[in-house]
Amino acid sequence: MSELVTAHAPPVRHEGPDDDADLTVVQARHPWRWVATAVVAVLVAMALHALVTNAAWDWATVGQYLFAPSIIRAVLLTLQLTVLGIVVGFVLGTVLAIMRLSPNPLLRSVSWTYIWIFRSVPLILQLLFWYNLALLYKSISFGVPFGPALFEIGTMDLVGPVTAAVLGLALHQAAYAAEVVRSGFLGIDQGQLEAAAALGIPRWRRVRRIQLPQAMRTIVPTAANELIGLVKGTSVVYIMALSELFYQVQVIYTRTGRVIPMLLVAAVWYLVLTTVLSIGQFYVERHYAKGALRVLPPTPLQRLRATFARFRREVAA
Amino acid sequence: MSSTPMVDLRGVHKCFAGIEVLRGVDLTVRPGEVTVVLGPSGSGKSTLLRTINHLEKVDRGLVRVDGELIGYRRSGRKLHELPERQVLRQRSHIGFVFQNFNLFPHLTVLDNVAEAPISAQGRDRATVLGEARELLDRVGLADKLDEYPRRLSGGQQQRVAIARALALRPKLLLFDEPTSALDPELVGEVLDVMRDLARSGTTMVVVTHEIGFAREAADTVVFLDEGRVVEQGPPAQVLDDPREPRTRAFLGAVLR
Repeated sequence: MSELVTAHAPPVRHEGPDDDADLTVVQARHPWRWVATAVVAVLVAMALHALVTNAAWDWATVGQYLFAPSIIRAVLLTLQLTVLGIVVGFVLGTVLAIMRLSPNPLLRSVSWTYIWIFRSVPLILQLLFWYNLALLYKSISFGVPFGPALFEIGTMDLVGPVTAAVLGLALHQAAYAAEVVRSGFLGIDQGQLEAAAALGIPRWRRVRRIQLPQAMRTIVPTAANELIGLVKGTSVVYIMALSELFYQVQVIYTRTGRVIPMLLVAAVWYLVLTTVLSIGQFYVERHYAKGALRVLPPTPLQRLRATFARFRREVAA
Repeated sequence: MSSTPMVDLRGVHKCFAGIEVLRGVDLTVRPGEVTVVLGPSGSGKSTLLRTINHLEKVDRGLVRVDGELIGYRRSGRKLHELPERQVLRQRSHIGFVFQNFNLFPHLTVLDNVAEAPISAQGRDRATVLGEARELLDRVGLADKLDEYPRRLSGGQQQRVAIARALALRPKLLLFDEPTSALDPELVGEVLDVMRDLARSGTTMVVVTHEIGFAREAADTVVFLDEGRVVEQGPPAQVLDDPREPRTRAFLGAVLR
């Protein structure tokens, strides 16, 4: 501090403390940033040029098929498989996670074994098992365990291709979801459980009201990753001849021979679905950040408004 | 004076991984009394406090609160462990204030206070919310109802935690080093609230290093060392004229 004062003190410089008031800040220059920007800009331009000028991409065909009814139907089926797979997967996964954290050794080992098997066997293999379930069990009966059956139903009637696909995706997903949910629960501060115990909050209420909302902070980003993985993972279902997006574009290009544009159609739709999900992720994460962050990050709309307000102020000044 | 003590500990033993933390502690707290437990770190103070509401299961000995056996049901010569639900019910009549506050960070201040009376005691929501507002007003936080805990200072958080404990209308309040995690200038506001509670006749057991608080507010001071009660009595005796050399050494080190 004293050095600062002496620096301003010499009478020769005729600088009173008032002169400090209207100093302007000159920002540091970053020449290498400009070089890097230029290099990247050229590369991006080259990539775009290659995409647009090469006729083999056949953008006209892409446009023609992008909204074709059969493609739209395929997108909806993909969406349906994804939603059912993730919802059933995470509900089952949460149950498995709670089982694995339970003090009961049987529940723990059943959960562990489930996760072990369903994470070890490739999804495509699991799907084929479900698809061929009728080869293993001709009919499925409901009734008393090991006792008399109340009614019986043919496996083929109960587990059609769509059900088989959903079962396969969801049961596989559940094994991963269980670990995602478990990691969320493990991340909660022990003090939170003690506080809930000391207050006498009942067990299920504690899980739902205290643990789960806090676990969601860690669960959501990983779960979103899983969800986006599943959107594209549904394309594996093509081996069951279900007309989801990837199967449908294959059907079209084997007929028309326009392979590249049809693959592009599928790519564009996967891109759209993933984008929508990423936007959803932002808002869900923001919701669960309540209380964890002192100030929530602004939504894109709020950021836009703030920029606009700043712009207006600057114009007015 | 009521004949049943509020807290009655008999021969309490507790081991952690082979290390005996409590070695036969007897302690009696009468209703309306304030008991301050002092002792060097590692003496078993916190463990002792946590056995009272069964956050720690005792290895040997009996814990009674208001005449009721905690954590067990006695029939003849046998002690049956109580199911979790009944232990939780017993706890919901005993307020506990933690060193690190342990407020629920994702709930507002008001919801932190109102949660347990609604979910653990099944009381009417509107009544509980009304009471929670009054309690927060009493600890001087009427303007923070809708804040989240992380946005409050340590002292404010601990006052919310005290309101949260009081919302259960407890028979007994337990404090585990309530001011040890606070910046020095925030200790006073928490002690003020505690002094106020002591004056209003709340039964309290307080583990603390605040000798000043013990002198002013305690009816009994208990000095614990190596898992045993070394000395206990009114503050004037234990703090100003300790009989035991270990008590004297500890006070000498703390008051230095």
